Amino acid sequence: MRVLVGVKRVVDYAVKVRVKPDKTGVITEGVQHSINPFDEIALEEAVKLKEKKAATEVVAFSMGGPKCQEVLRTALAKGADKAIHIEVPDADASKLEPLHVARALKKIIENDKFDAVFLGKQAIDDDANQTGSLIAGILDWPQALYASKVEPDGKYLKVTREIDGGLDTIKVSLPAVLSADLRLNEPRYATLPNIMKAKKKPLEKKSAKDLGIDVTPQTKVLEVSEPPVRQAGGFVDDVSALITKLKEKGFIKA
Amino acid sequence: MSSNQLRQRVVDLYKTLHYMGREYPTGSKWFHDRLKRAFMKNVEETDPQKISKMCDHGDFVVKELEAMYSLRKYRAMKQRYYDEQDEEEALERLRQLKKLATNPSRDQSKS
Repeated sequence: MRVLVGVKRVVDYAVKVRVKPDKTGVITEGVQHSINPFDEIALEEAVKLKEKKAATEVVAFSMGGPKCQEVLRTALAKGADKAIHIEVPDADASKLEPLHVARALKKIIENDKFDAVFLGKQAIDDDANQTGSLIAGILDWPQALYASKVEPDGKYLKVTREIDGGLDTIKVSLPAVLSADLRLNEPRYATLPNIMKAKKKPLEKKSAKDLGIDVTPQTKVLEVSEPPVRQAGGFVDDVSALITKLKEKGFIKA
Repeated sequence: MSSNQLRQRVVDLYKTLHYMGREYPTGSKWFHDRLKRAFMKNVEETDPQKISKMCDHGDFVVKELEAMYSLRKYRAMKQRYYDEQDEEEALERLRQLKKLATNPSRDQSKS
């Protein structure tokens, strides 16, 4: 089984996100970026399958500006064998949509045989949650989204999915699309020696133009705004002041 | 282990910790200062057994840092994307985190 894993370069989860003054997006210059945490989980699952000999090769994929190569190197350090970078100019990278990524994935799968596509359930920057279903639709492959447990079973994958209020166990025939939920596994750390070794692993670079992928945006961002700021609380001097205040607000009866 | 190998081990440990310290929550400078101080404190040590023991402790700190980073990320994701339904699990995670949070400070005692 050959697994293609999508990894997206996003603003690091620990960074406090700031909106640009003109409200067209968030500030990404000079901000720490890393692999989307959910993609990390998907990658870990693929690597685990490889360690269990259920998968033969794990290929990491990313679409975006030139800096995506950083996250691909990290993916290689975490155990991917090969990486494919579909490059788009930086100006277009911020306007990429899940549909474009799904089309690019389709091109890759047409050129090279893969038995499964693993993705994170969503990216922590746009939270679109669409790429998985779109690629499954375009390829007409079965989908197993929000996976919290994956068991390979010959030509099938037995997947436990997280759904509202419970779990759903399904069996999908390969080739299939899988998206990872938070509890699927615990991603490993990219250690320094592995980062060094990853520099020698193959990274294939293709431009979106050469592959004939149209990246014209279909949606337009009208405005990006900060969440409402929580109002600061006040202090009261003593218990009787607190009770008077609560009475004023009607939280307790007189 | 020859003294050369031991030397290499100390250098590798320092590099690994320095690399990991880049994403330390209180800032890389905070961590790197402390890291350097901890190593410099034992720069005169010549007993191979003692050095090797200190390296073992350093490796332990590396493991602790890894665990702390992964737990921190897990908790952040959980907080942002999931309701804390099962209190018990949340409390268990919190206990683990607390245990970990007290540990990295110990790295001052190593080589």
